[in-house]
Amino acid sequence: MDITWIHPFWALLLPVALAIPLGRFMASVLDPPPERAGHGFDRLTHWALHALGRSKPQAMDWKAYGRAFLIFNLTLFVLSFLALEMQTWLPLNPDGKGSLAAHGWKDASGTMHENADTAVIFNTVCSFVTNTNLQHYSGEQHLSYFSQIGVVMWLQFVTPACGLAVMLAVIRGLRGDRNLGDFWHDLVRSLLFVFLPLALVVAILLAASGVPMTFSGAADATSLEGVHAPIARGPVASFVAIKQLGTNGGGFFGPNSTHPFENPTPFSNLVEIVSIILVPMATIFMFGRMIRDAKHARVLFLVMLGMLLLGMFVAIGAELGHGPAVKGVAQGPLLEGKEVRFGPIASATWAAITTATSNGSVYAMLDSFQPYGGLVPMSLMMLNVDYSGVGSGFLNMLMFVIATVFIAGLMVGRTPEYLGRKIEAREVKLAMASLLVHPLLIVTGTALFAATELGSKSVANPGPHGFSEILYEFTSASANNGSGFEGLADNTPAWNIGTGIVLLLGRFPSMILPLAIAGFLAEKKYTPPSLGTLPTDGVTFGATLAGVVLLVGALSFMPAVVMGPVADGLSRQAAPESPIPAQTAEPGSVQSQSKDAH
Amino acid sequence: MKRDVITSLSACLGTLVLCSVVYPFVVWAVAQIAFPWQAQGSLIVRDDGTIVGSSLIAQSFKGPGYFHPRPSAVDYKADASGGSNLAPTNPQLTELMSTQAAAEGATQSLHLPVDLATRSGSGLDPHLSVEAAKFQVERIATARGIDALALAQWIDRRADHSWWFLGAPPRVNVLELNLALDGKTTSRE
Repeated sequence: MDITWIHPFWALLLPVALAIPLGRFMASVLDPPPERAGHGFDRLTHWALHALGRSKPQAMDWKAYGRAFLIFNLTLFVLSFLALEMQTWLPLNPDGKGSLAAHGWKDASGTMHENADTAVIFNTVCSFVTNTNLQHYSGEQHLSYFSQIGVVMWLQFVTPACGLAVMLAVIRGLRGDRNLGDFWHDLVRSLLFVFLPLALVVAILLAASGVPMTFSGAADATSLEGVHAPIARGPVASFVAIKQLGTNGGGFFGPNSTHPFENPTPFSNLVEIVSIILVPMATIFMFGRMIRDAKHARVLFLVMLGMLLLGMFVAIGAELGHGPAVKGVAQGPLLEGKEVRFGPIASATWAAITTATSNGSVYAMLDSFQPYGGLVPMSLMMLNVDYSGVGSGFLNMLMFVIATVFIAGLMVGRTPEYLGRKIEAREVKLAMASLLVHPLLIVTGTALFAATELGSKSVANPGPHGFSEILYEFTSASANNGSGFEGLADNTPAWNIGTGIVLLLGRFPSMILPLAIAGFLAEKKYTPPSLGTLPTDGVTFGATLAGVVLLVGALSFMPAVVMGPVADGLSRQAAPESPIPAQTAEPGSVQSQSKDAH
Repeated sequence: MKRDVITSLSACLGTLVLCSVVYPFVVWAVAQIAFPWQAQGSLIVRDDGTIVGSSLIAQSFKGPGYFHPRPSAVDYKADASGGSNLAPTNPQLTELMSTQAAAEGATQSLHLPVDLATRSGSGLDPHLSVEAAKFQVERIATARGIDALALAQWIDRRADHSWWFLGAPPRVNVLELNLALDGKTTSRE
């Protein structure tokens, strides 16, 4: 058997093995009982909060917690906007990068616009504040080291910490605490005890495998054949570590973790793939520990794992399929957009894991994936519950849990209950609202851009694949993922503003609505489980939950998916004589008959 | 409300110092002390002090006496990396692969390995599969007047099998092979 098959096993078993103890650790340090708070290691939190003038934790209800969260995010937005706008005046710019807004953009007719386009800054800030990291710029070309470290990397730390904080508050509400905790304490603890120590370890492992960590500008190299070529580098190791750990995914370099400086060896690759999924997995175990119902958390974990496994093996199967038959080229898995040191199996594994979690870093170009290989990342983002973002993924899954409990309650004719508290009309309405935002954003955005020149003129590949590019971009923005079918020419004011709005609407309602639900549930009386209660820790519940998730996903997205990747896949299987319907979108791209042998 | 805004601003300042000053500084210090060569970008330096390139970054080789790297969608620009993003269903991809096969001298009996026919995601993939390196043996042996069989065996000896137990495919580093072919002495900066 081919040895490269080992990779997916490492990529799944190692994070699961590490996530169990990490989840336990997170529950104990992030949610310390009152008598332990501020003692031992937690004294660090105390000192840090003393500096903020908040050393005594405040009892917050859902409104106060939500307000603190929103105010902090608003401050992040304003400050990072200013810092990016002022890039040229700020220090740490050895290669003299110009303003991020000033590199111009191409409009629908292909004309270059040299004038400043502030929309790209708006998009970038929305993207990083929402923990998405959709990038319409290219890191090594457009950002100074100050912007990389002081804006992008800073947001890569604090935004997953915000997600984790809101998750902690929601769990406290679910277990019946009227006091949901203090946002600032949760934020500081998440950073001090989870993200900073983990990032330090990962960054040093990456530096050891060859990821650069320098403040010198590009290296001036002269190749063996005498070509003069600068090699961009920078403080990459510290950046990539938190990029992966915080479900961020925004690369230091344009092509993300395909770049040998972001991911030089198969070892660095394993470190990164584990880092992507470790914290999202651990949060589920943390949840089980905090509500003292490990069995229920295990059911959620296994439902997520099941969907991930399915996605992974479909993607691997598709990527092992042959590329187009070309005279003189050996038949084998297509390596367009893939690196030799990883190969097709590891590339497909990563694609599934990076989109199941809302990470979105890539190490193979998804646009060049086989049609059904590209369908997997798209579907996992459409479901948006498969571990997903730190904190936010759990919150999305929670909305589906409430929907499931409600549907199951209707079937047996009893008032639905979750964790001993009654789910009533108000909670169900809020959960439905939260669930509907995601498909609404994707479908509306895609329809608007695909039907007009806003989108149809920016696609890079002909036919259904071009539609897939538009669909993928909106899915990725709404799921706060950040990966892309990168052929899409998305640095235009329309794309920047359109996806910027989708990014914000994809993040904040799905954080605040669950917080409100948790606040309402905490007010309710606890009723111990009786014979008529639907148990939430068994196979029946797990299967129903998976069914609801898949059904809602299929009903919302099937038509769009059929028009994109499925049509693409079917056109690929067409007979050799039959041409691909080539309605080429980009002027100048070659039109010819398909030489496909399948 | 006002108190929240003040806390928020000071939290921004505090987290900024922690995450963007203290943390990168610690990583930088450890990397520069423990892995100075890697930290600077794994640069390969000639005896006269000029930088040949990075052992991790592909560079263009066109001459018949050198191993050619995989084609690059960005013409090996190491400060503007990227892939082609061509879909497998895009006829343009088929055409590019076919042109590449002709350029590398593929024949009816000797097929070009897929990695040498396709562009990597970064455009800077420093590696080739062992088959893709061996595909070029005839041309290099003729250009340099050396024995083809010995060259093929030499490639086998230099193949990188590290991390095979993590599922890594065997591969060769193009720049390192070419440096060894030239027999140039270089050092790690």
